[in-house]
Amino acid sequence: MARPIVPVPDPATQPFWDACNEGKLIVQYCSVCDRRQFPPEAACRDCGFNFHLTWQETSGRAKIVGYSITYDSRLVQWHPLQPFLNVIVALEEDPVINFHTNLIDDFGTNLSEEPDIPIGATCEVQFVEAEPGRMIPEWKLVK
Amino acid sequence: MAREVNWERNHDPVGIWNGRGKAALIARGHSPTDRRWDGESLDKSLGAFMMIAVQNALDDAGITIDDVDGIIGSAGGQPGGAPLSDVWGPRPYFDPPYDSEDGLTHVTGQWLRQQMGFKNIKYINNHGDPIWNLIGQAAQAIADGRAETVVVTYPNGNLPGRYHQDPTNEARGPAVWPNTWGWGLSGQGFTFNQYCQKYGTNHDRMAPFVVQERKNGLLWEHSYYAQHEPGEFTEEDYLNGRMIARDLSIFDCDRPVLAAAAYIMTTAEKAKDMKQTPVYIWDHTESLFSPRSLVQTIDDTEEWTDIQAQRSYNGSGITADDIDVFAPYDGFAVFTQYYIEAWGWRGVKRGEAHDFYAGDISLKGPNPLNSGGGNMGTGRMRTVFITDPLEQLQNRAGERQITGRAEIAVSHGVLPVRAATVVRSTTPG
Ligand SMILES: [Zn+2]
Repeated sequence: MARPIVPVPDPATQPFWDACNEGKLIVQYCSVCDRRQFPPEAACRDCGFNFHLTWQETSGRAKIVGYSITYDSRLVQWHPLQPFLNVIVALEEDPVINFHTNLIDDFGTNLSEEPDIPIGATCEVQFVEAEPGRMIPEWKLVK
Repeated sequence: MAREVNWERNHDPVGIWNGRGKAALIARGHSPTDRRWDGESLDKSLGAFMMIAVQNALDDAGITIDDVDGIIGSAGGQPGGAPLSDVWGPRPYFDPPYDSEDGLTHVTGQWLRQQMGFKNIKYINNHGDPIWNLIGQAAQAIADGRAETVVVTYPNGNLPGRYHQDPTNEARGPAVWPNTWGWGLSGQGFTFNQYCQKYGTNHDRMAPFVVQERKNGLLWEHSYYAQHEPGEFTEEDYLNGRMIARDLSIFDCDRPVLAAAAYIMTTAEKAKDMKQTPVYIWDHTESLFSPRSLVQTIDDTEEWTDIQAQRSYNGSGITADDIDVFAPYDGFAVFTQYYIEAWGWRGVKRGEAHDFYAGDISLKGPNPLNSGGGNMGTGRMRTVFITDPLEQLQNRAGERQITGRAEIAVSHGVLPVRAATVVRSTTPG
């Protein structure tokens, strides 16, 4: 399904979006700091340089950390979908790294009641088309 | 006029500020407070309001324009420093001096200098940062000898229509991450929900805090509510607030208003000859953080606020017991507890703020939290965090005057991720 707002890549994020189009979830990795970094930036936030910054594929598996529900967004394009679910998931192999997902397949957009979101449950990444040629990561529960 | 950087005290260890006691805040001036500018009444534009506030501040200090040699201010006071005109302009303009955005929705120091006829200005800086940072910047400029008597300006505009609505269907730059997944104020609710989960509390327990702030705000003559909606606000009202996001109601969000405020800061020496009692700046410290990953978590939030609280304590040399007037920011109300707990005011530890709210935080009690009412009690102008502690320390807060000692005040804002703290005292230290 088309998404209300689509991302436009820039030089720092282009590899991430290109990987999404190939069905891979990648994050930056600084080998001298031994840390992953997401969102992508031009340099490592710890050492301040890009000397040791590479891209690393992840398992795409993540656990649900928490969620929010938006009833009245400042983003006008999202208004028709209100209320909608915002879930935060943290990467299984590195829980510091977190992502947004709307878990659309699992919970839909009918949130008139508080949904029963299983905090801590394992999810796996899937890629959905935000617009033709632009895939974005979303997560679904591993059942 | 050199464009200086690195005036902020944002690297540990900061040490006791070497400007301590050199700069004194003397006076304040406010404009009327309106909900919005109508787009037509030039006598109610942000520039017109800013000039009223500056003149009131000068009168309050008992000085004239000729005594002022510095202007430090925010041109617009909008979130992220973005001019209001970005969402409203361009438009047909008026005759000079209202022939551009400057003066309508934006007020530069240069425009003010020209309109009000300041002749002796040797230092102007439109830094564009929140008011806490501007007060610190003015204190630093005076301590460093860049200027002797500074007017600090803080215009805050609001226009017709809904506040900060974003109609775009493409996300670029940093907006890519929140906007693609519809993340916005949901972030405030998310972090607050993590706090509630961690400490076994809930959103309803915010009610006594917000209700008390509204009460305090009604006693501040510049409050939007005091001027336009003076009715009582009850816990029931709070609990029935329309939800903007999960765990964030309309009554946790500050009401956007149109208002301007100005402050006179000067050297300790010159302060002695001015009309009001000097209140000395003991310290300013600042911080700018980044979340460990995409979404700010409760862990990020507690780490950042702990760092900033310690930085302020180290920079000022005070302890929690010394703080008589405590003014932690509340726009959004759901993050104030992080500050109270980080500073440990009145012994409040992590996870205890909602218990503290359930106790006596009344104006005349032992714990007069945000005696000016904060943004919740006054509207989204932020300046009550500077004005009320000033008036408390000068013993001229009138009906809001706290009953206990009022010698040291701590004002803190704006967000956990981007913060500044100002410590003020009745003595040079
Ligand atoms: Zn590094």
